[in-house]
Amino acid sequence: MTTTTAIKSDLEIQEEALPQRPGHSDWPQEDIERKIRPVPERYRNAIGKYKIDRLAKCISCGRCVEVCGYGVHVKPEGYALMSRPQDYLCIGPACTEAGSDCISQCPQKALVMSLNPNVECFGDPRWSSDLILSTWHEAETGHTPPSHLEFRHGASGGGFDQIRFKFEIPGLDGGGSRVAAEAIDTGLDLNRREDGRPQIHIDIPVYGGGMSFGSVSIHTILAKARAAVAWNSFSCTGEGGYPDRLMPYDDHMITQVATGLFGVREETIQRVRIVEFKYAQGAKPGLGGHLLGDKNTPAVARMRGAVPGNALFSPFPFHSVYSVEDHKKHLDWIKEVNPRCLVSVKVSTPTDVDMVAVGSYYAGAHIIHLDGSYGGTGAAPDIAKKNIAMPIEFAIPKVHKFLVAEGIREKITLIASGGIRTAYDALKAIALGADGVVIGTAEMVALGCVRCACCESGRGCPRGIASTDPELMDLMGLEWATQRLINLQNAWHEQMIGVLSRLGVSSIRELRGRSDVLCYLE
Amino acid sequence: MPDRYHIHTVPTPGRFYRIGKFGGVDWREDCSRCSNCVKPRCNYDVYKHESAHNRDPLAATQTLYECKACLSCVQGCTKGLLSLSVNPEFLEMGDEYWKPDILSSTWTQADSGKIPVSGAGYRGPFHGPGFDSIWTDMSEIVRPTRDGIHGREYISTSVDIGPKPMRLSFTPEGGMLTPVLNLVEVQVPAILDIPQWPTHQFELAHSRALAAKELKTFAVMFAKEAARLQPELLPSVIPIFAGDDIPDFSNVIHSASPMIQLLDGPEILGTANRIRSMRPEAILSVRAAIGPKSAERIIELSGSGLKVFHLCADLHGRDLSGRHIKDALREIHTRLVDSGLRDEITLIISGGIALAEHMAKAIICGADLVTADTALLVALGCRVCRGGHSPAGCPVGIDSMDSEYAAQRIVNLIGAWHSQLIEVLGAMGIREVRRLRGEMGRAIFMEEIEKESFGDLIRVPQEQACA
Repeated sequence: MTTTTAIKSDLEIQEEALPQRPGHSDWPQEDIERKIRPVPERYRNAIGKYKIDRLAKCISCGRCVEVCGYGVHVKPEGYALMSRPQDYLCIGPACTEAGSDCISQCPQKALVMSLNPNVECFGDPRWSSDLILSTWHEAETGHTPPSHLEFRHGASGGGFDQIRFKFEIPGLDGGGSRVAAEAIDTGLDLNRREDGRPQIHIDIPVYGGGMSFGSVSIHTILAKARAAVAWNSFSCTGEGGYPDRLMPYDDHMITQVATGLFGVREETIQRVRIVEFKYAQGAKPGLGGHLLGDKNTPAVARMRGAVPGNALFSPFPFHSVYSVEDHKKHLDWIKEVNPRCLVSVKVSTPTDVDMVAVGSYYAGAHIIHLDGSYGGTGAAPDIAKKNIAMPIEFAIPKVHKFLVAEGIREKITLIASGGIRTAYDALKAIALGADGVVIGTAEMVALGCVRCACCESGRGCPRGIASTDPELMDLMGLEWATQRLINLQNAWHEQMIGVLSRLGVSSIRELRGRSDVLCYLE
Repeated sequence: MPDRYHIHTVPTPGRFYRIGKFGGVDWREDCSRCSNCVKPRCNYDVYKHESAHNRDPLAATQTLYECKACLSCVQGCTKGLLSLSVNPEFLEMGDEYWKPDILSSTWTQADSGKIPVSGAGYRGPFHGPGFDSIWTDMSEIVRPTRDGIHGREYISTSVDIGPKPMRLSFTPEGGMLTPVLNLVEVQVPAILDIPQWPTHQFELAHSRALAAKELKTFAVMFAKEAARLQPELLPSVIPIFAGDDIPDFSNVIHSASPMIQLLDGPEILGTANRIRSMRPEAILSVRAAIGPKSAERIIELSGSGLKVFHLCADLHGRDLSGRHIKDALREIHTRLVDSGLRDEITLIISGGIALAEHMAKAIICGADLVTADTALLVALGCRVCRGGHSPAGCPVGIDSMDSEYAAQRIVNLIGAWHSQLIEVLGAMGIREVRRLRGEMGRAIFMEEIEKESFGDLIRVPQEQACA
């Protein structure tokens, strides 16, 4: 396996080397190893929940190094003085209670622990600072965060944050006898129509959401694609074209046909195994997109087939779809252009979302992708994010139950997105009735996003994730980003296995619609 | 089709630096003056601006808050000397309804006249009391399509105020008995109302009238204030009369907008007749507190020919019994529909309308239009301290504001609200706001959807989860 080779430019890839693999891209595909490696924070000062101050009376005796089991205190070999405490590793008061902590053991009483005030400056009810810190931890280590961080749910007081697995509640019967972790399968088949089109299997019930070229940096796009290769899953181009640099990952890309039809060409449709129709998106349901003229740089314009400097509007909805028959015509068009692809239909969550799902099934969709209103990564009007269309938590059971009642639930794959922040959210979504989930913001956070929400201000994302500014973009390297996302998926995978094992379920597919394993806090 | 309605917003910065959410803590003593300094690299030039500000004479009285808390400097400083904290002064602003975030968002809208936009998804609580437990619907397919909110499709936001007869009646000879239809039209479903705590400054009333003229809507004020305005502003003013003040301000009755407001009371029918005798085409509206008896009172007065009702809730959108206006309006609207009167009557709701979404949701719950009241003060810089913070007077000098300047801030705010209302209407595929009234089927109510989607999950008390 070739793993971390530098990205080849298009010129370097020789056409004569094309392998003949039916059902796959004609382009040589790069393989990325699914290996977990620690990837430290890319900033000098990592942020933790707790802060340790070392006062001047410290005599550098090194006692703290001996007692701390978490590597907070370091006295490098040959140095007389202590290093600055690596306090982001500190687990806080839980350690103090055990009695063998640096604070009480310090002979000089020179150490002080407090909540880190910086932590109050990021996070919100939906993505609490604990969730951001634990996602960072997952991306850094590839494993479940320590218990001082609440990594399973946020604090928004509703939806996933009020739903628990019964086994999480003392005194409730969690049900099921444990299944060995090795026997658990988290894979998902995406084609359930039996229509003669290829089957696509993904190893985890999660794939990456669409973020367009221009809205995020090329490093972000490539890292998402490479992590998808490593986990045998998918990533999505979003609207705005298919950069050539993604071609080595064609087999794990979904390309989007959105209302502006920007960058949609026959060859981009023919490259991929899944094509997604974007009718609406959760962040701005029912609203068109608007790329400002300044952001329509020559590179972006070339990709989109537009004139540089002109503002580009994605209308709402498709100019060519006014009925379910038109919708079918749309899907038939794509199926004709690419006879080996599956078709996904991405819709938002109106009150009649259940009817929309059924309509999409009869129009020939393989995947119906519901995008709830609270998610989204790009800039959107605040009024739309908060108020228009229902949160995904409500839409999943509504659609699932309706598809069951219609007798077509086994014929279509239901994917949920828009507010899936953690592995537990993903599992709850599946227990409520989805087959799998799509994530967006969680990947951004894994890459170092603090959710300051300033994606659009100034030169763009100050942390270099969602910016095409050359200087900001280089804040983040491709290898670093790829490994962070591979690690994140591993941490989620571990947690999924843990929960499935606890529930006595041997496959993620068996969890679907098992709302009996959940309870609702009130 | 008439000319498209358009609100001319002009960037109008606030008179004071706004109170920001984040403040930096900088441990300068330990700085080693290294060449890696993060400060010049700030994406928003916060440190450069701060350094310039510190040489400004204003620095002694006002702090500059620009930090957006991206934490790049905090995490990047070689020695880790920088840190951030939440500004307690920010958290103390407003109250439990007029939250700091609402104030901040309103200031942004009044500054620029633009829709507030941010990235990375919704950030607030899942749901909340009042309007926060309603989501508006969207439609996957609407026609015609929309190319942005100022695209080729025109979405009308105008509403008519006045008695709307359901049928015409004629004499046996064929002469028409029904009076000629007499309506006033506002181009945006928000009129500019009196703030809810005593700020009787004439300048404020003046700026409301100026803004109302520009916005093609109306400003509500007491007759004694209206009497002091320039005559050319009076057609944009809805004067309020209590009854005994009619003789003093009879000129206002003649030259103000045809809509005249009367305070509800036992004498209201007599007052109404006196005004009608002075100005027969006047559209009389009744101003009353909203409460459990509102529907009955409306039905009763409607029989006497009063068809326009301005219902006032408190600052937090509660009626006399403490119910939120979303519930009160739904009840009143349904009662009026049941009694066959709804289409004859115009309902104006005021109190608790803090954001553009509240305007849309109040209309969905049954109002024809809303008023902006406290929100107008916030647009002018108010922090909703209601005199509580400064015995010396308003800390942002609302009473010393130039009327033209204040009017532009109000125009900007309503301009931003108007654009957001169009977003909501467009997403629903509704092309005029008149059709949004009472469209409860196109809204998602927390209580109902929760039952539908989570009804089969067993319920567990929150405390058991924390045990």
